[in-house]
Amino acid sequence: MIVEIGHFALILAFAVAVFQACVPVWGALRHDGVLVRLAPRAALLQFALVALAFASLTQAYLTSDFSVANVFQNSHTLKPFIYKWSGVWGNHEGSMLLWVLILALFGAAVALFSRRLPDDMLGVTLAVQSMIAAAFMAFLIFTSNPFLRLANPPFEGRDLNPVLQDPGLAVHPPLLYLGYVGFSIVFSFAAAALILGRVDAAFARMVRPWTLVAWIALTLGIAMGSYWAYYELGWGGFWFWDPVENASLMPWLTGTALLHSAIVMEKREALKIWTILLAVITFSLSLLGTFLVRSGVLTSVHAFAVDPERGLFILFILIVFIGGSFTLFALRANAMRAGSLFSPVSREGALVFNNLFLSVAALAVFVGTLYPLLLEALTGAKISVGAPFFDLTAVPLMIPLFLAIPVGQKLAWKRGDLAGAMSRLWWVLALAVVGAAVVSFAVSGGPVMALAGIGLGFFLIFGAFDDLLDRASRGGWGRFMPRLLAIPRANVAMVLAHAGAGLMVLGISATAFEKEKIISVKAGETFQLAHHSLTLNGLTTQTGPNYNALVARFTLRDGAGAPIAELNPAKRVYVGRQMPTSEVARYREGFSEVYLAIGETSGGERVDLRAYYKPYVLLIWLGPVLMAFGGLLSLSDRRLRVGAPRRARVAVQGSPAE
Amino acid sequence: MTRKQKRLAIIGGIGAVLALAMGLILTALRDKIVFFRSPTEVAEGKVRPGDSFRLGGLVLTGSVRKEEGQRVSFTVTDGEKEVKVQYTGLLPDLFREGQGVVTEGKLDPTGLFTATNVLAKHDENYMPREVADTLKKQGHWREDKPGGTKP
Repeated sequence: MIVEIGHFALILAFAVAVFQACVPVWGALRHDGVLVRLAPRAALLQFALVALAFASLTQAYLTSDFSVANVFQNSHTLKPFIYKWSGVWGNHEGSMLLWVLILALFGAAVALFSRRLPDDMLGVTLAVQSMIAAAFMAFLIFTSNPFLRLANPPFEGRDLNPVLQDPGLAVHPPLLYLGYVGFSIVFSFAAAALILGRVDAAFARMVRPWTLVAWIALTLGIAMGSYWAYYELGWGGFWFWDPVENASLMPWLTGTALLHSAIVMEKREALKIWTILLAVITFSLSLLGTFLVRSGVLTSVHAFAVDPERGLFILFILIVFIGGSFTLFALRANAMRAGSLFSPVSREGALVFNNLFLSVAALAVFVGTLYPLLLEALTGAKISVGAPFFDLTAVPLMIPLFLAIPVGQKLAWKRGDLAGAMSRLWWVLALAVVGAAVVSFAVSGGPVMALAGIGLGFFLIFGAFDDLLDRASRGGWGRFMPRLLAIPRANVAMVLAHAGAGLMVLGISATAFEKEKIISVKAGETFQLAHHSLTLNGLTTQTGPNYNALVARFTLRDGAGAPIAELNPAKRVYVGRQMPTSEVARYREGFSEVYLAIGETSGGERVDLRAYYKPYVLLIWLGPVLMAFGGLLSLSDRRLRVGAPRRARVAVQGSPAE
Repeated sequence: MTRKQKRLAIIGGIGAVLALAMGLILTALRDKIVFFRSPTEVAEGKVRPGDSFRLGGLVLTGSVRKEEGQRVSFTVTDGEKEVKVQYTGLLPDLFREGQGVVTEGKLDPTGLFTATNVLAKHDENYMPREVADTLKKQGHWREDKPGGTKP
């Protein structure tokens, strides 16, 4: 019964979405305020209905209702509670429902928080958002319905893919979708601004908070996914340039560019056309990502069920929205007046530099991800484009960007003083070189590129914090503290976000210093790993709630031979699918980790082992977390409150604003 | 600088970066891509010894042999031809005889494939698309495999 209510609610939500997609636009064209003002109410109703549908599917999962085909295929009575719950989106249909839920959530959030927007702007934005929602609801209902029943309900389900039975599943997809789908609202704002011909600084003020929300979620989502892959798959890597990872990286790169160009548009009314284009491109890339993940056209570790019909449907949605928005853009671009001009060496110039490199890096990722498809369609040759391609393209393109960040932070709007900016940066640069030299001494040399990377990381971090120091000390050291505390939150946010990028660069560079051992160990044997030693005490079996495991018991000892931890990497076989997975064992030491994964065992005595010592590996994910925290802080700056379309008055305080 | 000069400087800079990026991308596309080959294609001599490529197919049942240390050898087949593979390291969890596999590495002059990488997949029912295509071409594809996710 509850499942039918959910099914019905989803169909009703589709009807509301179609209504919401048409009526406000019609109202805006006829200047009928009553019709336009229906949009926010429809958005709230739509969200309530989708939430009801989602809740009823969740209920079916929690009660293991195997008469629902989707629950039967992806759940099991023995599965722990958290995985019954997160299993709702651990499959194609359920995750699409989550997608639609988040689309509706953003519509409802705009309806609630952006009441101060002009009626027609709000109405048309919500209508565009609802067009996207209607398209995806149709996709759900007609090709991927999660509410279908089975005529003869089985007693037991097929269980969730064991790799997904991890707390990561509860966090990673919702965050990632919040980011991916969050850019839909930015897209809707852009489309509305184009339709109504209102591309101005007020637009930039309106979309910046939403861009920030989506960006924060996407940053955390990608970082979480990377961390999950690191500890779950047992390969010890953090990024594989897998097509599906690239699919999330592309909107992140252009979304980051958008975040920065919107600042220029807001403060200087420049880069208007470009900012709108970025908003359109970013969501188009999100749609492209959805298509790549769910159509099965690319070989990826994240394969959902391959179904050509679904692929075609999403391709159709993709073409309609991308084609439609680019046509709209082409029609209106001429009507937009170019903004104020600026010197190449200025804050605007620096942000253009940022946008240029981020976009070009996104282009490189785009080519590398889609080229195999193109080549196969044209010549039938099958190729794979992996890490070597991206290491030569996207990675070097990020280096000038990172180098420029500390410089850009110091340039003034309109016309900057490069010599003045550099005069302080020489000290920062010198400190960074000293930092890299100290590291080089501590590890007694190492790959030059890795040491350069460490220097770059330090340069970013010191450069970011120097900005705070510079501002606070400008009126003499006596008023240091009051001035430091008076720095606007948005500026502190920028400093933290850029320092986060620096931390990430440090973490990635440090992977060059990791120690790897692939060996076969017998019970009682000891081996060395970096400055630790590990002893295999023996192998035991263990029974979990829905799996049986073979556990290798290791003792980790420090250089002096004193035991510091017991590490128990395991091999699990899940009852439901009879599928083996590796369970990694890790020991954290500051930001560094000892990482053990076992392979095959033979004779109950010997075990094949992959052991790593990974120095400062946690910085790779701590960096993005700091970036996202910076984003949150910026969101809380009162100057950027959601939906205040007052014209920005450029603050002239003699100091460069963020 | 005049308006015109400013605009020229900015447009010139953008052009230079785009040219650099295209140069990098084209170079990488020429040198850094890896072709996917089936054992039949290897037998037809489409691969020169020493070229890095991806070999995909099914692990021949009964061919997996553990040798000393961490060395493993097995045979990859597409139903027509076979290629012997050797690999040093830990095999992924889902590596099994009779299952699809993708390995990356090089062929030596004797026809032995030395893999540097054996790829794992998240899902046991997931067949790498290239492998599925190869098997379809050779007529060894069964549409509904037992234990598939479809009801």
